[in-house]
Amino acid sequence: MEDLIFNLFIFVLASFVGFELISKVPPTLHTPLMSGANAISGITLIGALIIAGGSGSVFSQWIGFAAIVFATINVVGGFMVTDRMLEMFKKKEDDK
Amino acid sequence: MSQFLPEAIQSLIPNIIQIIYLIATGFFIVGIKRLGSPSTARSGNQLASFGMLMGVAVTLFDQEIISFEFIIAGVILGALIGAFAAKKVQMTAMPEMVAIFNGFGGGASALVAWGEISRLDPSLFDIQSLATTGLSILIGSITFTGSFIAFGKLKGFINGGRVALPGQNYINLILTAVALALVGWFTIDPASQPVFWALFGLALLIGVLTVLPIGGADMPVVISLLNSYSGIAASMAGFVLGNNLLIISGALVGAAGLILTNIMCQAMNRSLVNVLFGSFGGDEGAGGGPDTGDKSYQQTFADDVAIQCSYAKKVVIAPGYGLAVAQAQHVLKEVANLLEDKGVEVKYAIHPVAGRMPGHMNVLLAEADVPYDQLYDMEEINPEFKSTDVVLIIGANDVVNPAAKTNPGSPIYGMPILDVDDAKRTIVFKRSMSPGYAGIDNDLFYSDTNQMFFGDAKKSLQLLSTAIKELD
Repeated sequence: MEDLIFNLFIFVLASFVGFELISKVPPTLHTPLMSGANAISGITLIGALIIAGGSGSVFSQWIGFAAIVFATINVVGGFMVTDRMLEMFKKKEDDK
Repeated sequence: MSQFLPEAIQSLIPNIIQIIYLIATGFFIVGIKRLGSPSTARSGNQLASFGMLMGVAVTLFDQEIISFEFIIAGVILGALIGAFAAKKVQMTAMPEMVAIFNGFGGGASALVAWGEISRLDPSLFDIQSLATTGLSILIGSITFTGSFIAFGKLKGFINGGRVALPGQNYINLILTAVALALVGWFTIDPASQPVFWALFGLALLIGVLTVLPIGGADMPVVISLLNSYSGIAASMAGFVLGNNLLIISGALVGAAGLILTNIMCQAMNRSLVNVLFGSFGGDEGAGGGPDTGDKSYQQTFADDVAIQCSYAKKVVIAPGYGLAVAQAQHVLKEVANLLEDKGVEVKYAIHPVAGRMPGHMNVLLAEADVPYDQLYDMEEINPEFKSTDVVLIIGANDVVNPAAKTNPGSPIYGMPILDVDDAKRTIVFKRSMSPGYAGIDNDLFYSDTNQMFFGDAKKSLQLLSTAIKELD
């Protein structure tokens, strides 16, 4: 039970940090923000690694394998596509 | 991997892992913070991806991990698919891409919870782990199927309108209540296979049934909300595994998704409940009234638009999704350049729901090399319309419909809009007089200060560009 309370503290505090961080993002960046945040949610990959590489039945390792594939698509694809978008955001060059 | 290290270090590994996790958390937070400004955003994303790399790399040293075949194969396969998709996707298809990545993230979290419960004896789990395992499976699975339905709707594989059974809302509410009850049952009796599978199957079904009835115009809200779910699912998986990095990162993403959902709802002047359970652009499109009757409108052509724009002091461009559909961003930029060369001040007015997801239009214009400091949000640009000579409205309709301010009977009444009717002249680029996405007639078209420029957006802009060049 203590674990649960402790984890809930972390969860709630992190949510507040999240609210604070994101409420200041200008609309221009909402799409990259969303796809970047999306990539971060692929952090579940860490859990998948433990399932796929840990002790357990071959069946659970296959589940872990599927989880790794899914999460890696999310992480690699998410960060790369965000970078591709942000690369295009340019300031007006002062050559006029 | 830890077995390759000297024993003295081995005993320290659990602590080292936690410290690296803490550093990775910091990278995520600073990364998201830097995503908040266009000049630092790219470095912020790179920072976050580096944090992810650290977190993943150090996890490989976890003493629980004893074999690497599945890990290596899975990471390589996933990275190839993800990288390929990220390189190939068109910027117009970004909402679909984010939706499907979301789905994979949510699905992964559900699988992690399933894997953990099947890997270990359920009797080893305490109540907290069991409840969060159930929730992780529930939320992760809803995110998974919901995202795929959203993807299908955005792609046009699935009917974009409202697809619903009679009483669908009640069915969904009851199914959700049943699913929560199953989470409770699973917590008490985790060894029961029927309960587990009923929960899993029902969660997948709920994802389908809740997104299916939502109209295409509301997809920005749905994607934002599913983004939030995928974060919460990851957080729940963190509760199951007792992993702080997962809990924190998931909570950050969950909060981000909720804020964006809220912003989207406000931009459409609707509550979240209304988006999820009401229909829009469906079969109840009354309100605005079909009294199109014989109101008259003025038509204009490229030469005239060219003259009006070239001799204007200030031109504001209000783009909508129709611009992107016509792939006309680059021609638009060309027109804007020509006008700027003539000393005209050019600005872009971006409504929050101009694209198919929050901020989508900004990305599409950035792709066409429009500098971001020429893009103005609705609040910034609205006071400026009074001093604007010409507004070019391209592929946008509902976001400039004055009925949102004047007609309480209209379905979009109360929705914040671009106040283009304050400008001296508006020119609407449109294929025909047909109503927009929401199926509502637009009084702006019949205004004295408005002119219609009919045709495909790309062709019209090409004609305009030629006409401006010929003026010299």
